[in-house]
Amino acid sequence: MALLLKDGQPVGDSWTHLDDAAGAVPEGPVIVSLDRWRRDRAALITRNTPVGVRLKSNQLAPEIAADLARFALVALEFPRFRDGRAFSTARELREHHGYTGEIRAFGHILPDQYQFLVRTGFTTVELPDGAGLASWRHALAEIDVAYQAGVAGDAPLSLLRRKLATGPK
Amino acid sequence: MDTATQIRTPSAAAEAGIYHYDALDHAFITRRVEAFREQVQRRLSGALSEDEFKPLRLMNGLYLQLHAYMLRIAIPYGTLSSKQMRALAHVARKYDRGYGHFTTRQNIQYNWIKLEDAPAILADLASVGMHAIQTSGNCIRNVTTDQFAGAAADEIVDPRVYAEILRQWSTLHPEFSFLPRKFKIAITGSGHDRAAIAVHDIGIRARSGPGGAVGFEIFVGGGLGRSPFLGRRLADWVPEADLLGWLEAVLRVYNQYGRRDNIYKARIKILVHEVGIDRLREQVEEEFARIRGPKYRLDPEIVETIRRHFAPPAFAALPAVSPALEQARAGDPAFARWTRSNLTPHRQPGYAAVTISLKPTGGIPGDATSEQMEAVAALADRYSFGEIRVSHEQNLVLAHVRQDDLPALWRELGRHGLDAANAGLVGDIISCPGLDYCALANARSIPLAQDISRRFADLDLQHRIGPLKIKMSGCINACGHHHVGDIGILGVDKHGVETYQITIGGTATEEAALGQVVGPAVGYDQVADVVEALVALYLERRGEGESFLQTVARIGVRPFKEKVYGAAA
Repeated sequence: MALLLKDGQPVGDSWTHLDDAAGAVPEGPVIVSLDRWRRDRAALITRNTPVGVRLKSNQLAPEIAADLARFALVALEFPRFRDGRAFSTARELREHHGYTGEIRAFGHILPDQYQFLVRTGFTTVELPDGAGLASWRHALAEIDVAYQAGVAGDAPLSLLRRKLATGPK
Repeated sequence: MDTATQIRTPSAAAEAGIYHYDALDHAFITRRVEAFREQVQRRLSGALSEDEFKPLRLMNGLYLQLHAYMLRIAIPYGTLSSKQMRALAHVARKYDRGYGHFTTRQNIQYNWIKLEDAPAILADLASVGMHAIQTSGNCIRNVTTDQFAGAAADEIVDPRVYAEILRQWSTLHPEFSFLPRKFKIAITGSGHDRAAIAVHDIGIRARSGPGGAVGFEIFVGGGLGRSPFLGRRLADWVPEADLLGWLEAVLRVYNQYGRRDNIYKARIKILVHEVGIDRLREQVEEEFARIRGPKYRLDPEIVETIRRHFAPPAFAALPAVSPALEQARAGDPAFARWTRSNLTPHRQPGYAAVTISLKPTGGIPGDATSEQMEAVAALADRYSFGEIRVSHEQNLVLAHVRQDDLPALWRELGRHGLDAANAGLVGDIISCPGLDYCALANARSIPLAQDISRRFADLDLQHRIGPLKIKMSGCINACGHHHVGDIGILGVDKHGVETYQITIGGTATEEAALGQVVGPAVGYDQVADVVEALVALYLERRGEGESFLQTVARIGVRPFKEKVYGAAA
C-alpha cells in the first residue's frame, strides 16, 4: 500500500481505491473513478459512507462541480510528472468552487513538486512505490519564500514575496 | 564562499537600473543552489538515474548537448551589472574554455561544462544574484524586453519595472511550472518594438493612458518553430492592477486546455489556432472574472517600490549636441561610420545608447571571451553607470553613455575587438549554435554565419546596403528566428545532406511578418552566394530610402528568385 504523506509526515490512510471492475463496494470510505461515480451515483450516495472521486489529468474541475459537496475527497492523477494540469484543477477546486475536503495527489510525482502541490491546494500525496520519504520531507522544507499568491497558508513579506508555512521554522 | 572574494569588484559607479537582491532573494537562490548541489551528488554517486536526474537538472538550466553539458544562465530582461558581467567572465575562464555565448533570449550559455562543476558555478553566480532557474523546462522562461529600456528616446513606459514584476511572479510558480510546453513572455514600452513581442507566447505592449495610468495591450500565440505564427491581440487595455491576475487567467486556460499529446503542437500558438482567438478570449475573461480580487491585484505600492530600482541614473545636464563628438566624427571616418550604425538616440540630451557588436568579421555571433566581458564591465563602470544589456540580436549595450565620451569608448572597444561598426547591418547576423553544439540541430549554422560575415567584410559595403537582418537557424526549432529575418536561413537535413531553405521579407518589429520562401533549398556551399545575390538585387532595385522589406513588398519575391535561380526558375 502506498505511503500517504500529509504536511511532510506519513499518516494513516482510511480510504480504499476502488477499481471500476470491482463488483461489490467494500466497507468504509472508497475512492471511485468519475465514470463509476456517474454510473453508480445513486447507490454510492445511499451507502451513507464517505466517498471520494478520482480524476484523470484531463478531467477538470467543472466536471465534478455540481456534485462537489458529496465528496469528502478528490484524488487527482499525475500520469507523468510533466503533466501539470492537476495543479490547476486543485486550485480551481479550492478557489472557485470553495472545496474544503481532502485533495490528494497520486501517480508519477517528484519530491521537487511537493511544495507546488501544497501551494495549489493539495492536502495529501500518495507516494509512488519506492519513493524516499527523506527527500520528500526535505523538498517541502528547503525553500521558504514564494513570489506569488498560492492557496496554502503563507504570510505576506515585502514586495510580491510570501513566507511559506511549509518552510523551515 | 571563497569565490565571492575572487570576483572582485572595483567600487564602481552605482549601478543604474539593476534590481538588487535583498537578503530574502539571496537566501532564496542560495537554498536553490544547495538543493541542486545535493541532487548532483546523488547523480554522481549513482543514487539518481539519468532519467530521474534529467528533470532536476533542466530546472537548473543544465542541458546535455552533443559534446558536453550546456549551462544556460538567466539574465533577467537582459540587464546585468558590471559585477555580474565579471562573474560571467570568471565562470567562462574557470569552468569553460574562456568564452560564453549570448543568446537570442538575452541569456548566456556555456557550452563546455562538467556536471560536477555545475553546483560550484551556480554558487559563484548566486553570490552576485544570478541563477539558472527556469532557463529550460516547460515553464515560464526569462522575460525579455527592449535592450534600450529606460534609455530610448521613443519610450513611453519603462518595461523593466513590469519585466521584473513578471520575473518575480513567475519564479517557481506552483501552478505553472509544468505547462504543456515552454512559455516565453516579452514586453516592450515603446511604439517601436525592439523586443519582438509578436513572436512570443505572450507579447505585452505597455501603454500610457489618461492621467498617466499604465495599462497593457496583450498579444498571445506568437512563436516560430515548425509552425510559425504571429501573436493575436487578446486585450487592448489591461489595467496595471490586473496584470498578474490576467496572466494567471491566460496561463490557467493554457495549462488546462493546451495540447499535451504532441510536443510539436503543445505551444499556446496551436491552442490559439485551434480554438480561435475569440473563444480563447472568452475563456480567459471568464477565468479572470473569477480570479479578480485583492489576492491577485498588483498593488501600486509594490510597483512603485520596484520602479525605484529602475530610477534614471544621475545624468549630467548637457547640451543636445556634443562638439567633441562632432569633431571626432569629422576627423575620423572609421569612428564616424561606427557612430552611424552603433548608436541609438537617448532620451537624455547629450547621451547615447551604444551597441557593442559581438559580430566581428568572421566571428561567432554572440560569443564573447572572458577578457572581452571584463573589458565591457570596466567600460560600463567608466562610461555607463556600471550597467550592461544583452540584446536579443546577441549584442551588448551600454545604455547611457555621454556623447563626449564616445570617441574614447570606441578606441577602448577597438583594443578588445569589440568595435565592429555593423549593428543592424548585414554583418550583424543572428545565429543559433547549430550542429557544432546542439543535439537538436540538422545542420551547421555558426560556420555559415562566419562565411557570410566574411563575404561582407567590407564595412563600407555594409553601410551602403544599410539596415538588413540575416537570421539563421540550424533546425526547424528556429532558435535563430529565421522566419523573421529580412533574409532567413534554415538548415534542414535532406537525406543526410545539410541543405538550407532561404526566406525573405520577415520582420519581428511592430509590423511583424513571416518570411517567404525564395525557392528550392540550396547546399552549404551556395548559401553565401545566394545571400550575396539577394542583396545585390536589393541594391539594384531599391528606391530612394527604401528598406529591404519595402522593396520585397513592392516588387515581390519573384525577381529575387530569378536572380538566385536564373530567369527560368
